[in-house]
Order: sequence, then structure tokens, then C-alpha cells
Amino acid sequence: MVQPTTGSATSASQTLDTSPLLEFDKVGLEYPFEGSMRRIIDEVSLSIKPGEFVSFVGPSGCGKTSILRMVSGLSPAPLGEIRYRGKPITKPLNNVGIAFQNPVMLPWRNTIDNVMLPLEIVQPYKGQFRQKKAEFVHMAQDLLATVRLQDFQKQYPWQLSGGMRQRASLCRSLIHQPEILLLDEPFGALDAFTREEMWSMLQALWMRVKCVSILITHDLREAVFLSDRVFVMGPRPSSIIYEEQISLPRPRTLEMELSDEFNHYFSNIRRHIHHN
Amino acid sequence: MASSNFERFLKSKSAGFILPLIATILLFALWELAVIIFKIPEFNLPSPTNILKAGIEFAPQLLANSIRTLWTTLLGFFLAVIVGVILGFFIGYSKFAYLTLYPLLVAFNTIPKAAIVPLFAIWFGANAIPATLTAFLLAFFPIAVNVALGLETVEPEMKDVLQSLGASQVETFQKVGWPHTLPYIFASLKIAASFAFIGTVISESVASNAGLGYLIVQATSDFNIPLAFAALIVLAIMGVILYGFFIYLEKKVIYWAR
Ligand SMILES: Nc1ncnc2c1ncn2[C@@H]1O[C@H](COP(=O)(O)OP(=O)(O)OP(=O)(O)O)[C@@H](O)[C@H]1O
Ligand SMILES: [Mg+2]
Repeated sequence: MVQPTTGSATSASQTLDTSPLLEFDKVGLEYPFEGSMRRIIDEVSLSIKPGEFVSFVGPSGCGKTSILRMVSGLSPAPLGEIRYRGKPITKPLNNVGIAFQNPVMLPWRNTIDNVMLPLEIVQPYKGQFRQKKAEFVHMAQDLLATVRLQDFQKQYPWQLSGGMRQRASLCRSLIHQPEILLLDEPFGALDAFTREEMWSMLQALWMRVKCVSILITHDLREAVFLSDRVFVMGPRPSSIIYEEQISLPRPRTLEMELSDEFNHYFSNIRRHIHHN
Repeated sequence: MASSNFERFLKSKSAGFILPLIATILLFALWELAVIIFKIPEFNLPSPTNILKAGIEFAPQLLANSIRTLWTTLLGFFLAVIVGVILGFFIGYSKFAYLTLYPLLVAFNTIPKAAIVPLFAIWFGANAIPATLTAFLLAFFPIAVNVALGLETVEPEMKDVLQSLGASQVETFQKVGWPHTLPYIFASLKIAASFAFIGTVISESVASNAGLGYLIVQATSDFNIPLAFAALIVLAIMGVILYGFFIYLEKKVIYWAR
């Protein structure tokens, strides 16, 4: 599958390295059900370039969360394979950032210590944690400022709102400069206004690190706003039934949501969801 | 107005101290009155003042035996914490250990410990060892179960986050499992501490040469009922102090748990 390069900042800055970072090769999924195997994902083949932001949308239960778990290696693909830099993923990758709909934080750590958790575990940060503590604190403060949490560093999770916890957990998922960012409906539990604010913040965070990002969402506007490409999955047993390249320039603004181009993308995707 | 003042008092720190104190004093006053009014003989139910008198008269014996009971209890309890945490860790983290050990533990826990004490006495003699062991046996089970429960209830998302960072089992335990389990451990320590006391006293009253349990048995066979009651009250006081100590420690250590 050859993708035309778009005029977006992402692909322009990646002129040297356009070989796929992630390749899905006939990925399938089935679970035992009443004595036989029930097919959840029929076949998914696609590839994702370095620095690309992609979204998966599709009906509930079609296997989106499962795809994230397969990419992360938490539950490797049972059928077919997913390759990361050419190597099949068979165990948890360790340079991944993850955020879920439920923004889990450690209640015994304040915001900044929660954000810094990955630095205590992932190399090379782990080895330098003592010497470079001040520098790391600065990194965390920088990220927190991007999501406007600079005044809440010392607060504990129960002293934050749901949206604030989600912003902190986004910072945590990015602080160790992961090569892959996995987001499973991270804004699903937030109100419409907060959600739109979060899109801009996520975009700002992502544009600083430019890692491959995979977003699962039920919100088509969210998918269009944030992604370079949107994959639409069909009902079970699912496959990719449609793919839309989003060529809006970055950074994208909330005003763009009113543009014809944005709505063109939006209605294309929506039509394909409704046809199935 | 008056009711709002009262509610404010209920929320204040001193209420948790003043109210039980008043209740205790009232209880003793009622007790004293009942003994006087119904003319209850001393060898059935001594009055609080008589108990106090006996307590003062036999203060040296009470002190020596309390110390013996206290250290055997604490030693048994300490062993229970170590073994309980380690066992709980295995049961919580390893499916194999869970399947193998948990049924055994449950079966063992249903054995009435009082029935084992005579065996201990035969094996180790009438000394501090049976008491320590009984305290240990009663106390380790709630600790092990709570540690395992704490480890099991870590949010799956948090486990995923750590695993995807490449954290080892030990790191996961250190960063998430252990702190998450602390509130469960403290809950169990409070129960286990009282259990350890019960274990020690049971054992002392069956097979020992000292301790409050031993003192109570001796005093009753001498018809010195006030002394037996004084020993009981000392036991209750030690239990409350230990319980209070754990509540204090809990507030210090897991200040973040609401
Ligand atoms: N451990 C499991 N055992 C059996 N079936 C499972 C298991 N995990 C998931 N499934 C099935 O796989 C399918 C896909 O699940 P998944 O969580 O990936 O869906 P999803 O697309 O993320 O849905 P949603 O949008 O509702 O979050 C579901 O139909 C579910 O029943
Ligand atoms: Mg899902």
C-alpha cells in the first residue's frame, strides 16, 4: 500500500526515513466462544510511517482496544504479525507511552512525581535519575506547563479533576520520549468543551516529540482534528473498510473545524461508518 | 444552634478521645453501682474499686507478667508480619502459589488454635515458646490474605502502564504493588495485633510459667477474683494501646489514602 506524501509538516520533516515503523501483516484476532473460535478481527494489513499520527474509529466491540494491546505487545497478535522496525512484536515493547480512558495515577504520588514515573523505569533515564534529577524535574514541569498544569505539580490525584488527571497522564505517557504513543479513548469521559481543549494540548505535546501515535476514539471530529490518517473499521469480524488521509496543515486550530475541508473529511468518514 | 455545636464537636479531633473516655468512666460507675445495689459477692463480680485495690496490691506481679505477655505477643506478631507479607506476596503474584497454598492456608486457619497449644507444650515445654507460636499462628493469616488482596486489586491499567515501560516484576512491586497494598496491610495489622494477644493469652492459660493468661488462671484458682479482673483490664489496655499505635502509624505512613 503506497501512500502519497502529503504537504503536512510531519511527512516533510521525515524525508530521510520513510520506511514503515510499524507494519500490520494480516493481523487477525479470535476468542473462544461457546466451544468454537469467534473471529473478532478478520484481517488488518497496513503500515505506519515514523512520526505519523493515525486514528482508528469503528463500532463498539470491533477490536480497537485489542489492536492497541497487540501493538504494545501486552497481548501480541495471535494471527498474522505486527512488525516494529521489521521485527515481529512478541513481548511488551518498552519504549511505548500509553494513556487510557480511565486516567490511572498513583494516589501516593503528587502530580509531578506521577509524571516522572517512567523516568524511574526506562533506560537511559533510570540510570541517570539521581544525577540528573533537576533536569528531569524541569522536563516534567515543561510538559505540565504545555497542558497548563504548572500550578498543580504538588497536588495529589484526588485533588485534581478528571480532565486534569487525564492531562497529567498524557504527560506521563510522553515524558520518556516514547517512539510509539498509544491512546485508548483518552478523552471519552470528558465534556465537549474540555475535550476540544485537550485536542489542542495533545497536538502541542505531540508536535514536540513527533512520535508515532495511535488514537482510538468514538469521536470522528477528534480523529480528523488530530490525525494524519484515519482508519475506519467495520463491524465484527472487522477489517479496515476505509482510510482517509487528512492533509490539513499543522498546527491545527479549532477554527479549522468550521472549514469546508474539515467537513469534507468528516463526512467522508462518517458516510463509511453509517454504511455498515 | 446547640445541635450544630455538637456536630462540630463530633468532627473535632478531641471527640475521638473524650467520648470513649466518658463511656468508659460511665461503664465503671454503673458497674460499681450495680455491685453495691445488688450486693454481688466479690468472688462473682468484684467492684471496680476492689479491682483497683488488687491492682495496686499486686502491682509487681501484674507488671512482670504484662511484660512477659507483651514481648511474647510482639515477637509472635513480628514473625507473623514477616511470614504473612511474604506468603501474601507469593499468593498475590503467582497463580501457582495461589492454587497450591491458598486451600492449605484456609484449611489450617479453620483449626481451633486452642487445640494445638497442648501439643506445643509437649514439644517445647511450659515456657514462652508455645505462646509466641500461638500468637504467630493466629496473626499471620489475616496479614497474608490482605497482602494478596492488595496485590490483586491494583488497577489493570496501572499494571499495563508499568509493563509497557518494561518494568520488571520487582519494580512493579516496588513502585505500585507495595504502596497499593499498604492500606490493606494496615487494616490487617490492627486485626492481627488483637489476634496475637488472644493467641498469647490462650497459650499462657494452658501451658506456661508466666504471663497475664497464666496469672489469671492462678488468681482464679486462688479465688483471688479481683486480681484476675485486674489482669484482664491490663490486657484490654495493652490491646487498645497497640491498636492506637497502629492507627497513628497508619496516618503517618499512608497519609495519601482517604
Ligand atoms: N479476554 C477476552 N475474552 C474473550 N473475548 C474478548 C476478550 N477481550 C475482548 N474480547 C472480545 O473482543 C472484542 C473486541 O474487544 P475490544 O475491547 O478490542 O473492542 P473495542 O473495539 O475496543 O470496543 P469499544 O469501542 O467498546 O471499546 C469484543 O467483542 C470482546 O467481546
Ligand atoms: Mg475499547
